[in-house]
Amino acid sequence: MEENGRRRNPLGLKLPRRTFIKGALLGLGSAALLPGQAKAAWEAFLQKNFREMSDEEIREVIARLEKDAAGEWGKEIKIDASKAKPGVKFGYGLDLSRCIGCRKCVYACTEENNQSRTPQIHWITVLRFAKGEKWLDLENSEKYYNPKEVPEEGFFYLPVQCQQCENPPCVKVCPTKATWKEPDGIVVIDYNWCIGCRYCMAACPYGARRFNWARPGIKAEEINPDTHYLGNRPRYKGVVEKCTFCVQRTRAGKYPACVEVCPVGARKFGNLLDPESEIRYLIKNKRVFRLKEDLNTEPKFFYFFAT
Amino acid sequence: MKRIVFPIMAMVLYGVLLMAASSVAAPVVPDAESGKRGDLPRFLVPSAVSRENFPCSRCHNFRAADRTKRKLKEYHSNIELKHAEDQRWCYDCHEGDRLRLQNGRLIAFTESYVLCGQCHGTIYRDWKAGIHGKRSGEWDGDKLYRVCANCHDPHKPRFSSIEPKKPPMKPSDIKDR
Repeated sequence: MEENGRRRNPLGLKLPRRTFIKGALLGLGSAALLPGQAKAAWEAFLQKNFREMSDEEIREVIARLEKDAAGEWGKEIKIDASKAKPGVKFGYGLDLSRCIGCRKCVYACTEENNQSRTPQIHWITVLRFAKGEKWLDLENSEKYYNPKEVPEEGFFYLPVQCQQCENPPCVKVCPTKATWKEPDGIVVIDYNWCIGCRYCMAACPYGARRFNWARPGIKAEEINPDTHYLGNRPRYKGVVEKCTFCVQRTRAGKYPACVEVCPVGARKFGNLLDPESEIRYLIKNKRVFRLKEDLNTEPKFFYFFAT
Repeated sequence: MKRIVFPIMAMVLYGVLLMAASSVAAPVVPDAESGKRGDLPRFLVPSAVSRENFPCSRCHNFRAADRTKRKLKEYHSNIELKHAEDQRWCYDCHEGDRLRLQNGRLIAFTESYVLCGQCHGTIYRDWKAGIHGKRSGEWDGDKLYRVCANCHDPHKPRFSSIEPKKPPMKPSDIKDR
């Protein structure tokens, strides 16, 4: 590449620095003045982190993102940005004495949260363990089990998804602060700030985060148009995503999709700060444990045994 | 004479009415503010009543009750009793168009959970707290409860196994595009 002490660019053009800077400035200047698409691109480039935006800025950004999404997915998509309710901290309970490993939660989640179908992304992984072996032998658990019928004799099942840690290691490692814990306890991602470095995936002890290796492949008619900025809005290629306790549903007062679909009623959800809630009842009255408690991540996802 | 008889009759009638009212179990009145009935949930998804069999009195008014245990051939042959069947026969839980508790009290089919709760006390307690069974609706608002018979067949309450959904794709199955 070096020629007479001067570096050549890959195209083989002779491009002195002064000319380059002049050109670049001219280009940027005209992009700022141009209407329409160039303006939108400029705004997208300058978009702030979600937590630093004022309500007015959030409204503008959402209007632009909704327009982009409609153009890209061929369907009108509503993006909500409702804030956490004060006095709420979400907690989740999963009854291991009831779960039959049918994976209905996995697919209900995919449909509700607009995960990519091809390549396939699942936010919930159901692990199968042999009964009577070493307790929760994660290394020897099976996630590709495929019998004719469940539950199978001699096995039990443990679905794993984002544990919504109070002390989340994934948030600590993010170099762009694109992921953080909301006041209601859910860990969320700003997909416009994620640079796809996947540090968070390496840091998560539960393997709960997923990466978009390609542009999500979803048919327009399968897209759920009721979305949240921090949750199930369509993602981009090269960003990380994960379970958000269905932020678009739970902040509107509804149960998460996996709770509503579970055929055996093994999944429980509620407000940890409300002493009357079902989640508090089960923590108080049932045998409860959390996954990898020794790592001090303080998950808000409680596995329990009702019987 | 009539002047004396009428008040006496009225008083007797009133007394009979009072006695009748007190002998019937007091109905659970929903609390005006929370809508809760005692510790019972506010919204129940009732189980569908059998269209084929209900009301029972349609036929059973014209038949004598046969309390011997036997295999049913003419009617109800589709009911398989697999629920402590050694200790139980139809009339232990059914009477007329209603359900029969152990103490002889009759309850409507819509209150069937009381019948189940007689034996399954701990599960009944968990169900009222929202731990046993499926709930839907709103986590901090109106919750929908399913009564026992919505998910369990009362005659054969154990769940039958179901086909699982497809396992996730293995990395080795991913094809180049």
